[in-house]
Amino acid sequence: MSRRIITALAAAAAAAIAAGGATSQAQAQDVKIGLILPYTGPGAELSPQMDKAIDLYQKLHAAQIKPYKYTIIKRDSKAPNGAAAKVDTQELLTQNKVDVIAGYIYSPDAIASAPVITAGKRLAVIMNAGTAFITNLSPYFIRTSFTLWQSSYVMGEEAAKYLHAKTAVVAYTDYPPGKDALNAFKYAFEHNGGKVIDAIPAGGPEATPDFTPFFQRAKDEHPNVLFVFVPAGDQATAVVKTYAALGMKAAGTQLIGTGDIVPDNMLQGMGDAAVGLITVHHYNADLDNPQNKAFVAAWKKAYGPDSTPDFTSVGAYDGMAAITHAVHATKGKIDNAAAAVKSLEGWKFNSPQGPIEIDPKTRDIIMNEYLDQVYKGKDGKLHEKVLATFHAVKDQCKALAIGPCAPKK
Amino acid sequence: MRRHRLRWWEALPWIAGIVFYFAFPDYLGFGCELLVTILFALSLDLALGYAGIITLGHAAFFGAGAYTVGMLASYNIWTEPITGLLLAALVAGAIGFLSGIVLLRTRGLTLLMLTLCIMALLEQAANMGAAYTGGFDGLPSLPIAPLFGVFDFSALYADTQYLFALAVLFVCFLFVRILVYSPFGQSLTGIRENVSRMHAIGSPVRRRLIVCYTISAALAGVAGGLLAQTTAYVNLAVLGLDRAATVLIVLILGGYGRLYGAFIGAVIYLALEHFLAQVYPTAWQLGLGLMLVVIALFARNGILGLAETLWRRYENRRGPS
Repeated sequence: MSRRIITALAAAAAAAIAAGGATSQAQAQDVKIGLILPYTGPGAELSPQMDKAIDLYQKLHAAQIKPYKYTIIKRDSKAPNGAAAKVDTQELLTQNKVDVIAGYIYSPDAIASAPVITAGKRLAVIMNAGTAFITNLSPYFIRTSFTLWQSSYVMGEEAAKYLHAKTAVVAYTDYPPGKDALNAFKYAFEHNGGKVIDAIPAGGPEATPDFTPFFQRAKDEHPNVLFVFVPAGDQATAVVKTYAALGMKAAGTQLIGTGDIVPDNMLQGMGDAAVGLITVHHYNADLDNPQNKAFVAAWKKAYGPDSTPDFTSVGAYDGMAAITHAVHATKGKIDNAAAAVKSLEGWKFNSPQGPIEIDPKTRDIIMNEYLDQVYKGKDGKLHEKVLATFHAVKDQCKALAIGPCAPKK
Repeated sequence: MRRHRLRWWEALPWIAGIVFYFAFPDYLGFGCELLVTILFALSLDLALGYAGIITLGHAAFFGAGAYTVGMLASYNIWTEPITGLLLAALVAGAIGFLSGIVLLRTRGLTLLMLTLCIMALLEQAANMGAAYTGGFDGLPSLPIAPLFGVFDFSALYADTQYLFALAVLFVCFLFVRILVYSPFGQSLTGIRENVSRMHAIGSPVRRRLIVCYTISAALAGVAGGLLAQTTAYVNLAVLGLDRAATVLIVLILGGYGRLYGAFIGAVIYLALEHFLAQVYPTAWQLGLGLMLVVIALFARNGILGLAETLWRRYENRRGPS
């Protein structure tokens, strides 16, 4: 008995000393975060959504961040070709001596920077880039955003199970996220008894194409569902309007997709054409959980009632939460990348998008996916309601070790 | 007119290049980007500035070189840097030669559109062959063998890459310098200034143009290969209109048809872009745009052209008195 007390006392004393040491060390400890986002070029409309979320996180969680202080150094990754992002990463590490790197909207930016992150030995939090295999490229990558395999795979299953579709046509933007969406949807849909009868590449990511010829081709093939992936933004509005204009719904083809075709900040501009659309995504601004209610309310208070957070904002918000966890878990020594990554493996967090976790094996996010439907609320605005929730969805590309997602050798 | 005699100031860019290495070890990644752009602009100068071949598709050859080095390295077939660049030059030169045979029958806007087409065709081919080329996401973490088997290409500090790029640029520059002052180079200028006259004196105009276009393409291929090696990464952007247009702006900014236009243009454009973007990550394009407007209004022949005019005016004023 007495021995136990002594051990407990000793442990308590040791803990007190350790804690005291940490706080005295940390008193004025500045954590330098290098933030790499495309402030110019085609990605310029996405960066403010993430910047706002990062500012908001620091405002709402000032108490959790203490005693540390964040200094954020922003750099422009310019056109989505990886070149500028790589030099940015190099210079943030060698000139600014940042403790942690964050950001990356486009996958090539993260892919090109991977060797620099590995050589520079700093934690890098991917806040948006979605190509599935990126986290294999450096042991210091953590992702708090998503992969297309997560949403599209669930959509493929549910197209067969929930919507009882037998045939599908896929129209996708011809670049890696589009191809990922196609492969994931096709894999899941066909493993559940469906058949993808056509896959139509519909233009590139930079410019919004006229979707009429692609959708007319789909309409002529009379599928049960038309699965569409386009990058969230102006292309989404064009997709919904073209679908309505061609009268595809009356012809018996239901439009489905990832949440990218009904992005929160574009939804109100789509009008009644969007009502009834069914999508799968990990976030929408109408999600009914206390974290999201508080997040959206704080957002509207800070940035105006017409401004809405979207999934890119949540990726950035969760990324900041991950950094905050790692800073505390390593007692401010977040520049020790191995320790920082270790502290985040298996890290759990109640995010506005629901509970999330970092997969200890792949360092990728595990999260809920929601089957959503758009409806018109009593306030005359468009909202999304959750038809079904899928818990703890992993990146299926890595789970199934498909193509470049399989670990090398 | 002994234009080809070396002047004392021609050593300056190279001294500056070496000083940069020691003075700014943290900026060598940017330095590599700069050297690659200079080499690419120099290759364009040979076709556009000297031979008057109007092209908007020079990134086709840049990309061909980059993918040659990138794909050979990515599949571990060939990772040695120097021979890798020679292979890049060979492939890009071959594409330049073959497309040149067809393209150089045309002139003016037709030629411009056709060069764009070749680039778009290659870009789409690389996109469709994404299983091999990596497409938009590119070929990641290319393994590049150490230079001479000794000097590693470090990812964090691009020191070996920088010196290697500087040496490659130096060799290529000497070659271009000798070429443009040779009788062959003089005949190119003749073709640019007055084709009918060159035909009249019996010069084999089309053959000269094809040879020039092939050499220019090969040099662009070396620049592309160098980019792949220094960044250990290749993606679709190496074949994009963005890159082709930027290098054209760089060359016009510096002054085309002048050996050092590529140097001045690249240094001013990239340095301004880089440092403005560092200080104002959201608004740097404003500064760059203003500079381009000023150059377009007051220096039609680029910065070197402006300097030349000012120098002449100064000499004239001094002359009579």
